[in-house]
Amino acid sequence: MPHLDTGDTAFVLISAALVMFMTPGLGLFYGGMVRSKNVLGTVMHSFIIVGIVSVVWPLLGYSLAFAPGGSPFLGGLHWVFLRGVGQTPNADYAATVPHLAFMVFQLMFAVITPALITGAFAERMRFSAFLFFVPLWSLLVYSPICHWVWGTDGWIRKLGALDFAGGTVVHISSGAAALAAALLVGRRRAAGSMAPHNVPMTILGAAMLWFGWFGFNAGSALASVGIAASAFVVTHLAAAAATLSWLLVERAHRGRPTTLGAVTGCVAGLVAITPASGFVGPMPALFIGLVAGAVCYGAIQLKGPLGYDDSLDVVGVHGAGGIVGALGTGLFASKAINPAGANGLLLGNPGLLTAQVVAIGAVLGYSFVMTSLILKALGATTGLRVSEGEEEIGLDLSQHNETGYAW
Amino acid sequence: MKKIEAIVKPSKLDAVKQALQEVGVRGMTVSEVKGCGRQGGHKEIYRTMEVAVDLLPKLKLEIVVRDGMVDKVIEAIIRAARTRKIGDGKVFVLPLDDVVRIRTGETGDAAV
Repeated sequence: MPHLDTGDTAFVLISAALVMFMTPGLGLFYGGMVRSKNVLGTVMHSFIIVGIVSVVWPLLGYSLAFAPGGSPFLGGLHWVFLRGVGQTPNADYAATVPHLAFMVFQLMFAVITPALITGAFAERMRFSAFLFFVPLWSLLVYSPICHWVWGTDGWIRKLGALDFAGGTVVHISSGAAALAAALLVGRRRAAGSMAPHNVPMTILGAAMLWFGWFGFNAGSALASVGIAASAFVVTHLAAAAATLSWLLVERAHRGRPTTLGAVTGCVAGLVAITPASGFVGPMPALFIGLVAGAVCYGAIQLKGPLGYDDSLDVVGVHGAGGIVGALGTGLFASKAINPAGANGLLLGNPGLLTAQVVAIGAVLGYSFVMTSLILKALGATTGLRVSEGEEEIGLDLSQHNETGYAW
Repeated sequence: MKKIEAIVKPSKLDAVKQALQEVGVRGMTVSEVKGCGRQGGHKEIYRTMEVAVDLLPKLKLEIVVRDGMVDKVIEAIIRAARTRKIGDGKVFVLPLDDVVRIRTGETGDAAV
């Protein structure tokens, strides 16, 4: 019989609150990077997702992700409307905390994942289309992938692939969806300077993300145990290393280290350490962070030559960073850090790396295709973009009838 | 009466204000403006985006003075705002038909 632990419960609830704080932080991170006429529309994307997904998840999404009685591809319907999800712990997922605490911790992950995608279609998405996109994506893309990777009978979990806190579930899935969205929504109509209107706002958002990420990764231990401390430390080290490596590469490439580069690098490091955070030690974490900063810097250079307008670099930071992290897990994972995990290639187990590659490919492919289908369907019904005139006056006024800054 | 419009570097505002006070100018209007000239602009880089900044921030001072004051005022502005580098700005002197003080209805030199 599962036994409730008060320390674990407190830790998981606080971690859930930390992860919740990340999504409005993401709104500010993105909001500072757009032009001032779109600041509210951009912050709204993140903020309203907290509302939408927090309703969809208890009604249906949580059950499709985690409930028993489904298949390796989708959870069952036992926990629809949170029936049977109460104060008694569920031994399958978190044996020492109330089942509701696990549910709400996972809810916060379900919230931030679609919010990450919004950077790809910033400054041009029609709000009504967006309101349909979010629940559809949450139920048709997030819940299935979450089940594959984390559900007790999920096929990727059975394969042996490791994802401690959501490298594939959160970052690769949102990165692939962002690519589909950038391609299908199309480029912004450039007019005048497209420069970020408030970099300090972006820095504040990045700081909120970094802070919240301790809940994201350490909280994924689901208990206040040694693994949580280990995940906390490696998360911080990877973020720091990626901040440095992004700036080194940027200075070599462009001549100046930028603040926007520093905060982007830190997010790239946080993304990359996410899947590995419960399985690797501090030195591999530094290495993963260093690589992530440099690789993601390179990855964001691709959108120009390839011609897609991933406005706020979701593909380059979350897609590429997620892949770096999933591969890094396959290389550096160690049973000495986490006996419930596996050894990676460097400890003589090539099987884990193979499983990681399969997981990356499956999540990339499924998210890209399914996101494309959802957007095609919405494009044929509500239309995806605001009109040319609405885009010119900005989302704040055209979609929400307000302006961010009184003059 | 003349209207003097001076475009100066934002960092020179305090020095110019003080120099104007010293020659007896008590009223002025200051606006934040952007403009281009010989100084040219620069490039800013945001991640992959290069942004050409060709309109640079300057301040515009508008001062109305009696004819006899014009040379002294121009000298004061030049003395305070000059660094001898490109981008120091310009002074324009314009003829002025009339001035009205709203409170009293006074016109011409009496209203300056």
